[in-house]
Amino acid sequence: MVSTETSPRAEPAAARERFDAVIAAGERIEPRDWMPDDYRATLVRQIAQHAHSEIIGMQPEANWITRAPSLKRKAVLIAKVQDEAGHGLYLYSAAETLGVSRAELLDMLHEGRQKYSSIFNYPTLTWADVGVIGWLVDGAAITNQVPLCRCSYGPYARAMVRVCKEESFHQRQGFEILHVLAHGTPEQRAMAQDATDRWYWPSLMMFGPPDAESAHSARSMAYGIKRFSNDELRQRFVDMIVPQADALGLTLPDPDLRWNPERGHYDFGEIDWAEFTQVLKGNGPCNRQRLSHRRAAHAEGAWVREAARAHAAKRARRAEHEGSPA
Amino acid sequence: MSERPLDEWPLWEVFVRARRGLSHTHVGSLHAADAEHALHNARDLYTRRREGVSLWVVPAASITASAPDDREVLFDPADDKVYRHPTFYSVPEGVEHL
Ligand SMILES: [Fe+2]
Ligand SMILES: [Fe+2]
Repeated sequence: MVSTETSPRAEPAAARERFDAVIAAGERIEPRDWMPDDYRATLVRQIAQHAHSEIIGMQPEANWITRAPSLKRKAVLIAKVQDEAGHGLYLYSAAETLGVSRAELLDMLHEGRQKYSSIFNYPTLTWADVGVIGWLVDGAAITNQVPLCRCSYGPYARAMVRVCKEESFHQRQGFEILHVLAHGTPEQRAMAQDATDRWYWPSLMMFGPPDAESAHSARSMAYGIKRFSNDELRQRFVDMIVPQADALGLTLPDPDLRWNPERGHYDFGEIDWAEFTQVLKGNGPCNRQRLSHRRAAHAEGAWVREAARAHAAKRARRAEHEGSPA
Repeated sequence: MSERPLDEWPLWEVFVRARRGLSHTHVGSLHAADAEHALHNARDLYTRRREGVSLWVVPAASITASAPDDREVLFDPADDKVYRHPTFYSVPEGVEHL
Protein backbone atom coordinates (compact mmCIF):
# COMPACT_ATOMS: atom_id res chain seq x y z
CA MET A 1 0.00 0.00 0.00
CA VAL A 2 1.99 2.94 -1.27
CA SER A 3 -0.27 5.60 0.18
CA THR A 4 0.05 4.44 3.78
CA GLU A 5 3.68 3.61 3.53
CA THR A 6 5.76 5.90 5.71
CA SER A 7 5.42 6.62 9.39
CA PRO A 8 7.24 9.93 9.82
CA ARG A 9 6.26 10.29 13.45
CA ALA A 10 8.59 7.55 14.60
CA GLU A 11 11.58 8.75 16.60
CA PRO A 12 14.66 7.30 14.96
CA ALA A 13 16.38 6.14 18.17
CA ALA A 14 13.35 4.44 19.67
CA ALA A 15 12.27 3.19 16.27
CA ARG A 16 15.70 1.77 15.57
CA GLU A 17 15.64 -0.02 18.89
CA ARG A 18 12.27 -1.52 18.12
CA PHE A 19 13.39 -2.55 14.65
CA ASP A 20 16.49 -4.28 16.04
CA ALA A 21 14.38 -6.04 18.67
CA VAL A 22 11.98 -7.38 16.04
CA ILE A 23 14.88 -8.68 13.92
CA ALA A 24 16.63 -10.19 16.96
CA ALA A 25 13.42 -11.95 18.00
CA GLY A 26 13.11 -13.46 14.51
CA GLU A 27 9.81 -11.68 13.97
CA ARG A 28 8.64 -9.92 10.82
CA ILE A 29 8.95 -6.30 9.78
CA GLU A 30 5.80 -5.04 8.07
CA PRO A 31 5.45 -2.28 5.45
CA ARG A 32 4.43 0.56 7.75
CA ASP A 33 7.07 -0.13 10.39
CA TRP A 34 10.03 2.18 10.61
CA MET A 35 13.07 0.60 8.96
CA PRO A 36 16.66 1.71 8.30
CA ASP A 37 17.29 3.09 4.83
CA ASP A 38 19.77 0.39 3.94
CA TYR A 39 17.31 -2.33 4.98
CA ARG A 40 14.73 -0.83 2.64
CA ALA A 41 17.27 -0.38 -0.15
CA THR A 42 18.61 -3.93 0.19
CA LEU A 43 15.09 -5.33 0.03
CA VAL A 44 14.06 -3.23 -2.95
CA ARG A 45 17.17 -4.34 -4.82
CA GLN A 46 16.75 -8.02 -3.97
CA ILE A 47 12.99 -8.27 -4.46
CA ALA A 48 13.11 -6.31 -7.71
CA GLN A 49 15.92 -8.47 -9.06
CA HIS A 50 13.94 -11.52 -8.05
CA ALA A 51 10.77 -10.23 -9.75
CA HIS A 52 12.69 -9.37 -12.91
CA SER A 53 14.19 -12.87 -12.96
CA GLU A 54 10.75 -14.45 -12.81
CA ILE A 55 9.43 -12.57 -15.82
CA ILE A 56 12.62 -12.72 -17.89
CA GLY A 57 12.74 -16.42 -17.05
CA MET A 58 9.51 -16.87 -18.99
CA GLN A 59 11.35 -16.28 -22.26
CA PRO A 60 13.69 -19.27 -22.57
CA GLU A 61 10.87 -21.67 -21.78
CA ALA A 62 8.17 -19.91 -23.78
CA ASN A 63 10.53 -20.49 -26.70
CA TRP A 64 9.36 -24.13 -26.67
CA ILE A 65 5.61 -23.74 -26.12
CA THR A 66 4.79 -23.95 -29.82
CA ARG A 67 7.12 -26.91 -30.29
CA ALA A 68 6.27 -29.00 -27.23
CA PRO A 69 6.22 -32.67 -28.26
CA SER A 70 2.63 -33.35 -27.16
CA LEU A 71 -0.52 -31.52 -26.17
CA LYS A 72 0.00 -32.63 -22.58
CA ARG A 73 3.55 -31.25 -22.46
CA LYS A 74 2.32 -28.06 -24.07
CA ALA A 75 -0.44 -27.55 -21.49
CA VAL A 76 2.05 -28.22 -18.67
CA LEU A 77 4.59 -25.78 -20.10
CA ILE A 78 1.99 -23.04 -20.55
CA ALA A 79 0.89 -23.51 -16.93
CA LYS A 80 4.48 -23.35 -15.78
CA VAL A 81 5.31 -20.20 -17.72
CA GLN A 82 2.08 -18.61 -16.46
CA ASP A 83 3.16 -19.44 -12.90
CA GLU A 84 6.44 -17.61 -13.49
CA ALA A 85 4.49 -14.53 -14.59
CA GLY A 86 2.51 -14.88 -11.36
CA HIS A 87 5.70 -15.12 -9.31
CA GLY A 88 6.88 -11.90 -10.90
CA LEU A 89 3.61 -10.20 -9.97
CA TYR A 90 3.67 -11.42 -6.33
CA LEU A 91 7.19 -10.08 -6.03
CA TYR A 92 6.53 -6.72 -7.72
CA SER A 93 3.65 -6.26 -5.26
CA ALA A 94 5.96 -7.06 -2.36
CA ALA A 95 8.52 -4.53 -3.65
CA GLU A 96 5.82 -1.89 -3.99
CA THR A 97 5.05 -2.09 -0.26
CA LEU A 98 8.51 -0.52 0.18
CA GLY A 99 7.48 2.62 -1.66
CA VAL A 100 8.66 2.02 -5.22
CA SER A 101 6.13 2.00 -8.05
CA ARG A 102 5.64 -0.82 -10.53
CA ALA A 103 6.46 1.54 -13.40
CA GLU A 104 9.75 2.58 -11.79
CA LEU A 105 10.74 -1.04 -11.29
CA LEU A 106 10.02 -1.92 -14.91
CA ASP A 107 11.91 1.16 -16.10
CA MET A 108 14.93 0.07 -14.09
CA LEU A 109 14.80 -3.38 -15.67
CA HIS A 110 14.35 -1.99 -19.17
CA GLU A 111 17.19 0.48 -18.76
CA GLY A 112 19.51 -2.15 -17.33
CA ARG A 113 19.76 -0.36 -13.96
CA GLN A 114 18.55 -3.44 -12.11
CA LYS A 115 19.63 -6.97 -12.84
CA TYR A 116 17.94 -10.31 -13.24
CA SER A 117 19.41 -13.76 -12.71
CA SER A 118 22.14 -14.38 -15.27
CA ILE A 119 20.95 -17.97 -15.80
CA PHE A 120 18.27 -16.69 -18.18
CA ASN A 121 20.88 -15.37 -20.58
CA TYR A 122 21.57 -18.90 -21.79
CA PRO A 123 19.65 -20.24 -24.80
CA THR A 124 17.23 -23.19 -24.80
CA LEU A 125 18.53 -25.15 -27.78
CA THR A 126 16.48 -28.33 -27.55
CA TRP A 127 13.35 -29.70 -25.86
CA ALA A 128 15.61 -31.34 -23.28
CA ASP A 129 16.55 -27.84 -22.11
CA VAL A 130 12.98 -27.39 -20.91
CA GLY A 131 13.43 -30.50 -18.77
CA VAL A 132 16.79 -29.40 -17.42
CA ILE A 133 15.49 -25.93 -16.59
CA GLY A 134 12.72 -27.44 -14.46
CA TRP A 135 15.09 -29.86 -12.78
CA LEU A 136 18.21 -27.70 -12.24
CA VAL A 137 17.14 -24.07 -12.62
CA ASP A 138 13.88 -24.37 -10.70
CA GLY A 139 15.66 -26.78 -8.34
CA ALA A 140 18.31 -24.16 -7.59
CA ALA A 141 15.63 -21.48 -7.28
CA ILE A 142 13.80 -23.61 -4.71
CA THR A 143 16.99 -24.14 -2.72
CA ASN A 144 17.40 -20.36 -2.63
CA GLN A 145 13.77 -19.59 -1.96
CA VAL A 146 12.79 -22.00 0.80
CA PRO A 147 14.86 -20.12 3.41
CA LEU A 148 13.38 -16.84 2.12
CA CYS A 149 9.98 -17.99 3.38
CA ARG A 150 11.39 -17.02 6.81
CA CYS A 151 12.85 -13.72 5.63
CA SER A 152 12.46 -10.83 8.07
CA TYR A 153 10.31 -8.74 5.72
CA GLY A 154 6.70 -9.93 5.93
CA PRO A 155 5.44 -9.26 2.38
CA TYR A 156 8.53 -10.87 0.83
CA ALA A 157 8.29 -13.92 3.08
CA ARG A 158 4.59 -14.37 2.29
CA ALA A 159 5.22 -14.07 -1.45
CA MET A 160 7.92 -16.72 -1.16
CA VAL A 161 5.58 -19.15 0.61
CA ARG A 162 3.22 -18.89 -2.32
CA VAL A 163 6.04 -19.20 -4.86
CA CYS A 164 7.59 -22.25 -3.18
CA LYS A 165 4.28 -24.10 -3.20
CA GLU A 166 4.13 -23.65 -6.97
CA GLU A 167 7.79 -24.37 -7.66
CA SER A 168 7.67 -28.01 -6.67
CA PHE A 169 5.45 -28.71 -9.67
CA HIS A 170 7.99 -26.96 -11.89
CA GLN A 171 10.85 -29.05 -10.63
CA ARG A 172 8.97 -32.32 -10.97
CA GLN A 173 7.67 -31.72 -14.46
CA GLY A 174 11.23 -30.94 -15.58
CA PHE A 175 12.58 -34.05 -13.93
CA GLU A 176 9.87 -36.12 -15.60
CA ILE A 177 10.66 -34.71 -19.05
CA LEU A 178 14.30 -35.64 -18.56
CA HIS A 179 13.50 -39.05 -17.16
CA VAL A 180 11.46 -39.89 -20.25
CA LEU A 181 14.21 -38.64 -22.57
CA ALA A 182 16.95 -40.39 -20.61
CA HIS A 183 15.09 -43.67 -21.01
CA GLY A 184 14.16 -43.09 -24.64
CA THR A 185 16.03 -43.60 -27.91
CA PRO A 186 19.81 -43.08 -28.05
CA GLU A 187 19.17 -39.68 -29.67
CA GLN A 188 16.82 -38.64 -26.86
CA ARG A 189 19.32 -39.81 -24.26
CA ALA A 190 22.08 -37.82 -25.93
CA MET A 191 19.81 -34.79 -26.01
CA ALA A 192 19.15 -35.08 -22.26
CA GLN A 193 22.87 -35.46 -21.53
CA ASP A 194 23.80 -32.53 -23.75
CA ALA A 195 21.30 -30.23 -22.04
CA THR A 196 22.56 -31.36 -18.62
CA ASP A 197 26.14 -30.64 -19.73
CA ARG A 198 25.23 -27.10 -20.75
CA TRP A 199 23.13 -26.13 -17.72
CA TYR A 200 25.02 -27.73 -14.83
CA TRP A 201 27.65 -25.03 -14.33
CA PRO A 202 25.35 -22.05 -14.92
CA SER A 203 22.93 -23.53 -12.37
CA LEU A 204 25.72 -23.63 -9.75
CA MET A 205 26.40 -19.96 -10.52
CA MET A 206 22.79 -19.11 -9.64
CA PHE A 207 23.77 -18.98 -5.97
CA GLY A 208 26.00 -16.00 -6.63
CA PRO A 209 29.69 -15.39 -6.02
CA PRO A 210 31.60 -17.25 -3.29
CA ASP A 211 30.95 -15.96 0.22
CA ALA A 212 34.34 -14.23 0.41
CA GLU A 213 33.45 -12.05 -2.59
CA SER A 214 29.76 -11.54 -2.05
CA ALA A 215 29.21 -7.82 -1.67
CA HIS A 216 25.85 -7.79 0.07
CA SER A 217 25.79 -11.11 1.92
CA ALA A 218 26.89 -10.01 5.39
CA ARG A 219 24.38 -7.20 5.66
CA SER A 220 21.54 -9.34 4.32
CA MET A 221 22.35 -12.02 6.90
CA ALA A 222 22.45 -9.48 9.74
CA TYR A 223 19.06 -8.17 8.70
CA GLY A 224 17.53 -11.63 8.52
CA ILE A 225 16.84 -11.23 4.79
CA LYS A 226 19.23 -14.05 3.96
CA ARG A 227 19.48 -17.05 6.28
CA PHE A 228 22.25 -19.06 4.61
CA SER A 229 25.32 -18.01 2.65
CA ASN A 230 25.74 -18.48 -1.11
CA ASP A 231 28.24 -21.30 -0.61
CA GLU A 232 26.06 -23.12 1.92
CA LEU A 233 23.10 -23.05 -0.45
CA ARG A 234 25.24 -24.12 -3.40
CA GLN A 235 26.49 -27.11 -1.41
CA ARG A 236 22.96 -28.02 -0.42
CA PHE A 237 21.97 -27.94 -4.10
CA VAL A 238 24.88 -30.13 -5.23
CA ASP A 239 24.09 -32.66 -2.50
CA MET A 240 20.51 -32.74 -3.75
CA ILE A 241 21.14 -33.15 -7.48
CA VAL A 242 23.87 -35.80 -7.44
CA PRO A 243 21.54 -38.66 -6.44
CA GLN A 244 18.86 -37.24 -8.75
CA ALA A 245 21.27 -37.36 -11.69
CA ASP A 246 21.99 -40.99 -10.78
CA ALA A 247 18.28 -41.75 -10.83
CA LEU A 248 18.08 -40.19 -14.29
CA GLY A 249 21.11 -42.13 -15.47
CA LEU A 250 22.75 -38.87 -16.53
CA THR A 251 26.27 -37.68 -15.79
CA LEU A 252 26.98 -34.28 -14.28
CA PRO A 253 29.85 -32.72 -16.27
CA ASP A 254 32.16 -32.29 -13.31
CA PRO A 255 35.19 -34.61 -12.99
CA ASP A 256 35.84 -33.39 -9.42
CA LEU A 257 32.43 -34.40 -8.17
CA ARG A 258 32.80 -36.99 -5.42
CA TRP A 259 31.46 -37.80 -1.98
CA ASN A 260 33.61 -36.51 0.83
CA PRO A 261 32.90 -38.65 3.90
CA GLU A 262 34.77 -36.29 6.20
CA ARG A 263 32.66 -33.29 5.26
CA GLY A 264 29.53 -35.34 4.76
CA HIS A 265 29.03 -33.50 1.45
CA TYR A 266 29.88 -33.83 -2.21
CA ASP A 267 33.03 -32.03 -3.32
CA PHE A 268 32.65 -30.31 -6.65
CA GLY A 269 34.87 -28.57 -9.17
CA GLU A 270 35.98 -24.99 -9.57
CA ILE A 271 33.32 -22.70 -11.03
CA ASP A 272 34.38 -20.48 -13.94
CA TRP A 273 33.65 -17.12 -12.31
CA ALA A 274 35.07 -15.27 -15.30
CA GLU A 275 32.15 -16.60 -17.33
CA PHE A 276 29.73 -15.53 -14.61
CA THR A 277 31.17 -12.01 -14.61
CA GLN A 278 30.95 -11.80 -18.39
CA VAL A 279 27.29 -12.86 -18.43
CA LEU A 280 26.51 -10.48 -15.58
CA LYS A 281 28.15 -7.64 -17.54
CA GLY A 282 25.80 -8.28 -20.43
CA ASN A 283 28.01 -10.46 -22.58
CA GLY A 284 26.18 -13.77 -22.21
CA PRO A 285 24.71 -15.54 -25.22
CA CYS A 286 21.21 -13.99 -24.91
CA ASN A 287 21.45 -10.84 -22.77
CA ARG A 288 20.54 -8.45 -25.58
CA GLN A 289 17.79 -10.66 -26.92
CA ARG A 290 16.14 -11.03 -23.49
CA LEU A 291 16.11 -7.32 -22.74
CA SER A 292 15.04 -6.20 -26.19
CA HIS A 293 12.22 -8.76 -26.21
CA ARG A 294 11.13 -7.54 -22.78
CA ARG A 295 11.17 -3.89 -23.88
CA ALA A 296 9.25 -4.69 -27.04
CA ALA A 297 6.60 -6.67 -25.12
CA HIS A 298 6.16 -3.73 -22.76
CA ALA A 299 5.87 -1.22 -25.58
CA GLU A 300 3.43 -3.40 -27.48
CA GLY A 301 1.28 -3.69 -24.38
CA ALA A 302 0.99 0.09 -23.97
CA TRP A 303 -2.27 0.33 -25.91
CA VAL A 304 -3.84 -2.36 -23.70
CA ARG A 305 -2.95 -0.44 -20.55
CA GLU A 306 -4.33 2.77 -22.05
CA ALA A 307 -7.48 1.14 -23.37
CA ALA A 308 -8.29 -0.47 -20.02
CA ARG A 309 -7.84 2.89 -18.30
CA ALA A 310 -10.04 4.67 -20.84
CA HIS A 311 -12.71 1.99 -20.49
CA ALA A 312 -12.65 2.26 -16.71
CA ALA A 313 -12.93 6.05 -16.90
CA LYS A 314 -15.86 5.83 -19.30
CA ARG A 315 -17.71 3.40 -17.07
CA ALA A 316 -17.07 5.56 -14.03
CA ARG A 317 -18.48 8.63 -15.84
CA ARG A 318 -21.51 6.72 -17.01
CA ALA A 319 -22.18 5.39 -13.52
CA GLU A 320 -21.99 8.94 -12.17
CA HIS A 321 -24.57 10.19 -14.68
CA GLU A 322 -26.96 7.37 -13.99
CA GLY A 323 -26.42 7.81 -10.28
CA SER A 324 -26.08 4.08 -9.77
CA PRO A 325 -23.06 1.90 -9.17
CA ALA A 326 -21.48 0.44 -12.30
CA MET B 1 -0.86 7.49 -4.64
CA SER B 2 -0.01 10.97 -5.76
CA GLU B 3 3.23 10.05 -7.57
CA ARG B 4 1.68 7.22 -9.54
CA PRO B 5 2.59 7.61 -13.21
CA LEU B 6 -0.39 8.15 -15.50
CA ASP B 7 0.54 4.96 -17.28
CA GLU B 8 -0.10 2.85 -14.19
CA TRP B 9 -3.37 1.23 -13.12
CA PRO B 10 -4.36 1.73 -9.47
CA LEU B 11 -3.48 -0.79 -6.76
CA TRP B 12 -6.03 -3.24 -5.32
CA GLU B 13 -5.81 -5.48 -2.29
CA VAL B 14 -7.08 -9.02 -2.83
CA PHE B 15 -8.90 -11.22 -0.31
CA VAL B 16 -9.75 -14.87 -0.89
CA ARG B 17 -12.23 -17.10 0.89
CA ALA B 18 -10.51 -20.48 0.80
CA ARG B 19 -13.61 -22.53 1.62
CA ARG B 20 -17.20 -21.98 2.63
CA GLY B 21 -17.29 -21.25 6.35
CA LEU B 22 -14.00 -19.33 6.39
CA SER B 23 -13.45 -15.57 6.29
CA HIS B 24 -11.86 -13.86 3.33
CA THR B 25 -8.12 -13.57 3.95
CA HIS B 26 -5.72 -11.03 2.50
CA VAL B 27 -3.48 -12.71 -0.09
CA GLY B 28 -1.70 -9.83 -1.80
CA SER B 29 -2.26 -7.01 -4.22
CA LEU B 30 -2.38 -6.24 -7.91
CA HIS B 31 -2.91 -3.44 -10.40
CA ALA B 32 -6.10 -3.07 -12.42
CA ALA B 33 -8.02 -0.32 -14.19
CA ASP B 34 -11.30 -0.87 -12.34
CA ALA B 35 -13.07 -3.26 -9.98
CA GLU B 36 -14.20 -5.73 -12.59
CA HIS B 37 -10.74 -5.83 -14.12
CA ALA B 38 -9.28 -6.32 -10.65
CA LEU B 39 -11.53 -9.33 -10.08
CA HIS B 40 -10.40 -10.89 -13.37
CA ASN B 41 -6.76 -10.32 -12.55
CA ALA B 42 -7.23 -11.62 -9.01
CA ARG B 43 -8.76 -14.78 -10.38
CA ASP B 44 -5.78 -15.35 -12.69
CA LEU B 45 -3.13 -14.38 -10.17
CA TYR B 46 -4.33 -15.78 -6.86
CA THR B 47 -6.62 -18.71 -7.65
CA ARG B 48 -4.93 -20.79 -10.35
CA ARG B 49 -5.10 -23.88 -8.13
CA ARG B 50 -8.52 -23.77 -6.55
CA GLU B 51 -7.24 -21.64 -3.68
CA GLY B 52 -10.65 -20.12 -3.16
CA VAL B 53 -14.39 -20.03 -3.68
CA SER B 54 -14.86 -16.26 -3.43
CA LEU B 55 -12.82 -13.09 -4.07
CA TRP B 56 -12.90 -9.56 -2.73
CA VAL B 57 -10.94 -6.73 -4.32
CA VAL B 58 -10.59 -3.42 -2.48
CA PRO B 59 -8.89 -0.25 -3.75
CA ALA B 60 -5.72 -0.01 -1.68
CA ALA B 61 -6.34 3.73 -1.31
CA SER B 62 -9.63 3.04 0.50
CA ILE B 63 -8.01 1.19 3.37
CA THR B 64 -7.44 3.10 6.58
CA ALA B 65 -4.80 1.44 8.70
CA SER B 66 -3.65 2.09 12.25
CA ALA B 67 -0.16 3.52 12.50
CA PRO B 68 2.62 1.33 13.93
CA ASP B 69 3.43 4.15 16.38
CA ASP B 70 -0.06 4.01 17.81
CA ARG B 71 0.42 0.41 18.74
CA GLU B 72 1.04 1.10 22.43
CA VAL B 73 -1.90 3.47 22.76
CA LEU B 74 -4.23 1.09 20.97
CA PHE B 75 -3.18 -2.31 22.14
CA ASP B 76 -1.18 -2.08 25.37
CA PRO B 77 -4.21 -1.29 27.58
CA ALA B 78 -5.32 -4.85 26.92
CA ASP B 79 -2.18 -6.10 28.66
CA ASP B 80 -3.43 -5.34 32.17
CA LYS B 81 -6.93 -6.65 31.60
CA VAL B 82 -6.13 -10.30 32.05
CA TYR B 83 -9.55 -10.72 33.66
CA ARG B 84 -10.90 -10.76 30.10
CA HIS B 85 -9.52 -14.26 29.72
CA PRO B 86 -11.12 -17.34 31.25
CA THR B 87 -7.79 -18.50 32.65
CA PHE B 88 -7.90 -15.54 35.10
CA TYR B 89 -10.52 -17.29 37.21
CA SER B 90 -10.00 -20.17 39.59
CA VAL B 91 -12.53 -22.93 39.60
CA PRO B 92 -12.95 -25.39 42.48
CA GLU B 93 -11.71 -28.86 41.66
CA GLY B 94 -14.25 -31.24 40.20
CA VAL B 95 -16.54 -28.58 38.76
CA GLU B 96 -17.17 -29.30 35.10
CA HIS B 97 -18.51 -27.48 32.03
CA LEU B 98 -17.08 -24.14 33.14
FE1 LIG C 1 9.31 -18.91 -10.29
FE1 LIG D 1 9.61 -22.01 -11.45
